[in-house]
Amino acid sequence: MKAGTVKFSKQMNYLSRILMFLALIFLALVYFFPIWSITLLAPQYPSGITMYIWINKITGDTPGTLQNINILNHYVGMQMIEPDSIPELQYFKFIVGAVIFLGFISIVLNKKWIYLTWVALVLFLSVLAVYDFYLWEYDYGHNLSPHAAIKVPGMAYQPPLFGKKTLLNFVAISYPYLGSFFIGASVVIAFLAFWFKKQKQIIS
Amino acid sequence: MMKMKNLTLIGWGFVILSMVSACAPKSADQDSSPFSNDVAAKVYVAPGQHDEFYAFLSGGFSGQMSVYGLPSGRLLKVIPVFSVDAEKGYGFNEETKPLLQTSYGFVPWDDAHHPELSQTNGVPDGRWIFINGNNTPRVARVDLSFFETVEIIELPNSGGNHSSPFTTENTEYVVAGTRFGVPVPQKDVSVESYKENFKGALSFISCDAASGRMAVAFQVLLPAFNYDLAHCGKGASHGWTFFTCYNTEEGNTLLEANASQYDKDFIAAVNWKKAEEYVKNGKAHDFPTSYYHNVYDDNMHTATATQVKTVKVLIPSECPGLVYYLPTPKSPHGVDVDPTGEYIVGAGKLSADMSVHSFSKMLKAIEDKAFEKEIVGIPVLNYEAILAGVVSSGGLGPLHTEFDANGNAYTTFFITSEVVKWKVGTWEVLDRAPCYYSVGHLMIPGGDSRKPFGKYMLAMNKITKDRYLPTGPELNQSAQLYDISGDKIQLLLDFPTVGEPHYAQGIPADLVKPKSRQFFNLSENTHPYVTKSEDVAKIVREGNTLHVYMTTIRSHFSPDNIEGIKAGDKVYFHVTNLEQDWDVPHGFGIMGATNAELLIMPGQTETLLWEPKTEGVYPFYCTDFCSALHQEMQGYARVSAKNSNMALKWWTGSAK
Repeated sequence: MKAGTVKFSKQMNYLSRILMFLALIFLALVYFFPIWSITLLAPQYPSGITMYIWINKITGDTPGTLQNINILNHYVGMQMIEPDSIPELQYFKFIVGAVIFLGFISIVLNKKWIYLTWVALVLFLSVLAVYDFYLWEYDYGHNLSPHAAIKVPGMAYQPPLFGKKTLLNFVAISYPYLGSFFIGASVVIAFLAFWFKKQKQIIS
Repeated sequence: MMKMKNLTLIGWGFVILSMVSACAPKSADQDSSPFSNDVAAKVYVAPGQHDEFYAFLSGGFSGQMSVYGLPSGRLLKVIPVFSVDAEKGYGFNEETKPLLQTSYGFVPWDDAHHPELSQTNGVPDGRWIFINGNNTPRVARVDLSFFETVEIIELPNSGGNHSSPFTTENTEYVVAGTRFGVPVPQKDVSVESYKENFKGALSFISCDAASGRMAVAFQVLLPAFNYDLAHCGKGASHGWTFFTCYNTEEGNTLLEANASQYDKDFIAAVNWKKAEEYVKNGKAHDFPTSYYHNVYDDNMHTATATQVKTVKVLIPSECPGLVYYLPTPKSPHGVDVDPTGEYIVGAGKLSADMSVHSFSKMLKAIEDKAFEKEIVGIPVLNYEAILAGVVSSGGLGPLHTEFDANGNAYTTFFITSEVVKWKVGTWEVLDRAPCYYSVGHLMIPGGDSRKPFGKYMLAMNKITKDRYLPTGPELNQSAQLYDISGDKIQLLLDFPTVGEPHYAQGIPADLVKPKSRQFFNLSENTHPYVTKSEDVAKIVREGNTLHVYMTTIRSHFSPDNIEGIKAGDKVYFHVTNLEQDWDVPHGFGIMGATNAELLIMPGQTETLLWEPKTEGVYPFYCTDFCSALHQEMQGYARVSAKNSNMALKWWTGSAK
């Protein structure tokens, strides 16, 4: 074995750990940026009214946004969006924390298969979270009060998961927001950590 | 000599008469044809687009101030200032009543003449706009972050606050001068004793740089000439304020003749920096008096009226160098200082020519003691020594002058009904344009500041006649917009105004628009009777007074059913609008209320006093169309007999 190869493989070991660390930083950004946004457009809201979903809260353009959306929703009998009553917003932050902790363990162990497992875990949890989000949207859109002031037979108000949809006088636009892109970046970088990690037997 | 003057007077009378009788419809100015000069395009602001300038026009006898967009002439808002406004509950709700408190009691009206924007470094800064109340002497301040009156201060020792409220370069002061001489202190004396007993007070109102809060810093007590208009020095002349006066004859009856006898009246030049020194050195007398100072708190959404008992007064004979009189021909009306601060234009309203004084010559004349005489210790400067030039325009009855950014001045002529453009420094007349009819003030955005923004000139006319579709004997006044960006003045547009606009101010929209608030933050509401959520809405009885802590949100009141009110109770509805969205006010009207409605902005609390006299069930409802279910936004208040033992109850949705 040539000296250069050894040096290269050492650098490679080092690189994977750095990449994985970077992946964890990107994942940690979900604490600071919303993961999804839903914008409502209507003639009376020319610049739109936007709601941001975080891993632990729901916010808007202004402190009054959630109240304004709830006011609009109550006419058609939708439930109030009350962040305090959504359990996911209470425990998601701990799940992300746990995943970051596992990421640190993977850096310590620095095994190719462990990196891959971590990537798979994040992907799995992400799909699960989006499915959960879909269920909430379905519930808000379909579970309507029988005492609503405005009842349109056959009408449901589920916003789209991804894209644009017209709901009566509103156009609802829903897309992943910065936090989701950071999760995506984290997954890609972690995958690179796996990719560049050489298995011992191959190196020697 | 006297005969000559009488002849001159008769001559003027003839001129004025002929002007008035010649007010038959005139053919439109050729230049204003929409096809020849693309005039329509110049004032066209497409739907949804914003105007380039805000214009603030005084409402004159309406007591209010109206806000227009220029160049479109769109009316944006009427801000209630000195007059009650049932539409907005202004002066009717408990929160704004204290604003209209005076030493004479609650005064529901005034005559508002001159808006003046606050300035920083001599340039309008878009923070506040001041306006004077002429009849019951006061100055008001409007906050331009939410376009509402936030302060009104009364002026002691004054009668007819006309020469007001002009600001210094950094809004250190807004000034006020009494148009009518009055006894100081007020007392029961013969009007015939005018010269002996009457005085003319000039007031300097300090303005806190951060909060804008006003205070009467000091007054200067002068002979009872009629202090008509004012402007503060700028640049070189910063530190001085100039007040025109008429009736230096000190007549007390038939003033149209008796106040027009002397060839020259005065511009009083007051060195307010010197005044500050005299006040600091204890030269001011503390005069006992009584006046009100009323301040609105935009977190408490409530005004507080405070009585002030003394005022500091400077007597010029005790304070050398404080005041000088500049002789100015024929009852000068407007006094306008050019953007450099060097030239002081005095418009002798009964003459054809305008005298322009030089500030540097004035300083020299003071240094050389070039005095004609002294009046109660106030030196009268030599007219020739201070004169910079005379503008001979051929117009009659000059009133007011504003400036553009290119060294030109524009003066209104009431009698010949026109605006004349002339060159500052050469006094050469460059152009003239007719006004329809009898123009008073004019306004160029920033035109009385160090940095005129130019572009447009707005003439505000006293007589309307045939300009619009007739509406019976009473017509609105008329404003006319001119393009002054070229060599020739071009008439673009005219539009009717609210009340009688005297003066106006204009400012680029960009200096105001970004600061305009969309609603009040509910979390910052410190009103003593605020209700921050529906679940704490309640009613508290204290003897025969009821406090209803009520909320509004689309589309219901909480509570909306009330029982247990008794005939003769005083019911205070403290209504908090819980909305936190732009343009969602709610209104509150209740049957039989003898005052007005409430119009509550998002995040605000307002209070209506309701005193039901007879038993019954009284509907109340939202008066401002708020939502698709606005019509359903209603409720009932049940009133029982005075001696009934009906329990106090309230609910929304289901009975408690």
